[in-house]
Amino acid sequence: MSAVRRVLRTLFSVVLTFLGLTMVTFFIGRVIPIDPVLAIVGPKASVETYARVRAEIGLDLPLPVQYWRYLTRVLHGDFGTSVITSQPVLQDMLNVFPATLELALLALFIGVALGVPLGVVSATQRGRWPDHLIRLVSLFGYSMPVFWLGLVGLLLFYAKLGWVAGPGRIDVGYEDLVPTVTGLLTVDALLDGNRDVFINAVQHLVLPASILGYLSLAYIARMTRSFMLGQLRQEYILAALAKGLRPARVVWVHALGNAWVQLITVIALTFGSLLEGAVLTETVFSWPGLGLYMKNSLFNADLNAVLGGTMLVGFVYILLNLVSDLLYPLVDPRARSRA
Amino acid sequence: MTRRMLLAAFAASMLAAAPAVRAATPPDTIVIAKQIDDIISLDPGEDYELSGEEIATNIYDRLLRYEAEDTSKLVGGVAESWTISPDGKVFTFKLRPHQVFQDGDPLTADDVAFSLQRVVLMDKTPAFLLTQLGWTKDNVKQMVKVTAPDTMQFTITADLAPSLVLNLMTSIVASVVEKKVALAHEANGDLGNAWLKSHSAASGAYRLVAWKPNESVILEANPKFRLGAPANKRVIVRHVPETASQLLLLEKGDVDIARDLSPDQLATLAGKKDIKVESFPGSDNWYVGMNVADERLKNPKVRQALKYLVDYDGMVGSFLKGRFFVYQTFVPQGFLGAIDYRPFKLDVAKAKALLAEAGYPNGFEMKLDAPNFSPFTEIAQSLQQTMGEGGIKISIVPAELKAVLGTYRARKHQLVLVSWGPDYFDPHTNADSFARNTDNSDKPATKPLAWRNSWYIPEISKETAAAARELDTQKRVALYADLQRKVTDEGPFILMFQTAQPVAARVNVTGFKAGLTEDMTFYRLTAKH
Repeated sequence: MSAVRRVLRTLFSVVLTFLGLTMVTFFIGRVIPIDPVLAIVGPKASVETYARVRAEIGLDLPLPVQYWRYLTRVLHGDFGTSVITSQPVLQDMLNVFPATLELALLALFIGVALGVPLGVVSATQRGRWPDHLIRLVSLFGYSMPVFWLGLVGLLLFYAKLGWVAGPGRIDVGYEDLVPTVTGLLTVDALLDGNRDVFINAVQHLVLPASILGYLSLAYIARMTRSFMLGQLRQEYILAALAKGLRPARVVWVHALGNAWVQLITVIALTFGSLLEGAVLTETVFSWPGLGLYMKNSLFNADLNAVLGGTMLVGFVYILLNLVSDLLYPLVDPRARSRA
Repeated sequence: MTRRMLLAAFAASMLAAAPAVRAATPPDTIVIAKQIDDIISLDPGEDYELSGEEIATNIYDRLLRYEAEDTSKLVGGVAESWTISPDGKVFTFKLRPHQVFQDGDPLTADDVAFSLQRVVLMDKTPAFLLTQLGWTKDNVKQMVKVTAPDTMQFTITADLAPSLVLNLMTSIVASVVEKKVALAHEANGDLGNAWLKSHSAASGAYRLVAWKPNESVILEANPKFRLGAPANKRVIVRHVPETASQLLLLEKGDVDIARDLSPDQLATLAGKKDIKVESFPGSDNWYVGMNVADERLKNPKVRQALKYLVDYDGMVGSFLKGRFFVYQTFVPQGFLGAIDYRPFKLDVAKAKALLAEAGYPNGFEMKLDAPNFSPFTEIAQSLQQTMGEGGIKISIVPAELKAVLGTYRARKHQLVLVSWGPDYFDPHTNADSFARNTDNSDKPATKPLAWRNSWYIPEISKETAAAARELDTQKRVALYADLQRKVTDEGPFILMFQTAQPVAARVNVTGFKAGLTEDMTFYRLTAKH
């Protein structure tokens, strides 16, 4: 019974969040001083063309009516057509999102695989040089503008050292060689068994993913450190040590095990921000993902695309929240019993 | 355990990535780095963005042409010859024999007529280029017709000079679309528009392989092209939004040509032996619009004073170096009728005297709307500085370009910093906007630049119309010379610069020229050695 109620409550909040999301973005989109008709017809169009297009896209109707029309279309899975690409926005999203996902997944992997251990070490060595070093490294990652890191990274690893490939997802010579299945270029190349494309795609992926990974590493390490410090002060740690358990086991299993509960939320949010916040990285690396798409749509007053992208990002956040809700019981027995 | 395996897999992929990062583009492919996010359609009946027009001119052949080999000479495109009736109303074009589309089917007068009619029937943004001839949705099928399998004839009702009409037939709307293919992909009576946005049905030098928005345009050479196969097999225009990235890609040889480098980036290339930089004139005018609805700007002396408060040479000599030259008339250099006329330079004393005569010895405050990106920002700051010296206190209102244009079209500005590009290769395109305003009401039929600055000029508009219909080209040139002087001296425009287009390329690349207009930027002579 309570499980059903919990699901219903979650669903209700999801719907409410979604409605709020559409409303806020829609009305903001209508009050900004950018003319979506101009975006379609260009600055030189005649007055008749302008008026015709304005009526065509329904901008002459009252705002609530426009919103209602938008909402009903969205509920039917129709996000409208993008002005820039002339394709359905949903189709655009399906094209650009995998590129961002591929980047974000590797970045998150780097961030978690390195950030969590570093945070743990930092907490256990608190006040000693490893702690200072790790905090310095993460402070640097935390405070550097990402586009600057991207440009310097390109200059060093691409232009000077030649270790990685340059901006873009793949070299022109390898373009369109493997069929699109998942949209993740590395995965598609593996599925196709094309080693050259895979290597080239990885060469392109490594640098932007490492830079984004470094940023999330910095955040995750800091948060891990503070969660671990909180755990290490608890009495159960003292009890475990007094019982004669190896300190390493106490730290990495008992304390970290409990810190995971909080870390899951941090990681989920980091992933969310990696998915929507890679605008600058994608610009510097000419990465044809969601960030670049959204930026371009925004600059071109392509409202359907902006709203569609916002919905996607909002949806991803809601999904991530659901996933981390579902994961809690796995790491926290108390959450299991409550459920 | 799984974590360890993942780490191992990651390390392995890093190792696999380490050896031999390939540089250099394929030998028969030209790769161009450019900002192409303005493209919204590659249908020549709709495409009206700068990057899109450049792509279209390489895909579609046109009725008439200014060809890559000599961009100053009007020649036949698909037309072999043409005649004009003595009254200048009926134009007859005979097509070259044995022309084929990229799918191998013959190109006929029916395709040519269809292509012109289609633009008017679809009524998309560039339609005005043809409707100004007097064509409408209702009459275009009678006005444009096939008189023989190889002959197309059209009639105009508007009073326009033949040279102007012929120039229009070199513009994007005179692109020849394969009728059969366009109609085969028609949906909801759109004449194939939706499909042609991202496909081609053409007879030009290239076939459109793919357009991936925000990513790239891929073109493949057409070996059957009328003037012979292009000097390369493929052209890839890659969207590289960040100019610093363009520079790195060029230096590493991952692109052959970079189109958007800034002056300071170009400076770093000086002395590099594997890269060359060339500059070609462009045709955009950069100017400040002065809204004469403002009581102060209504006074011609005030407008003239402001024209003396701009550091034209200083800007071009410093942060605009290589990308602009000082140009103070509205017909771009290289166009029919362009004159060498530069009456204004920075002269604070003269400006102050003019302001005093106008009754503003202590100057005044004024807003300047300007787009919020380089080099608009820097130009706006320079204007603020020099106008300040003359007592005009400028506050800059930075905004997105689209927002600035919105303000401008609504005539809500005082001063506005913007640019203007010609629509086709004829002086009328600019005269019709800078020097025409016969309806100063809030809802005119069109909104020429003179209207946008509330400059009501019935007399000058008459001269503009006369120049547009003058049959004698020499007389026409003289009329435009007169118009340009008037607009520069009295008009509500501080005409400052014309664009130059620096192109940075690998030294092994030959034959690439950025055209005076997008219609004249051809890829087919570009080769690598």
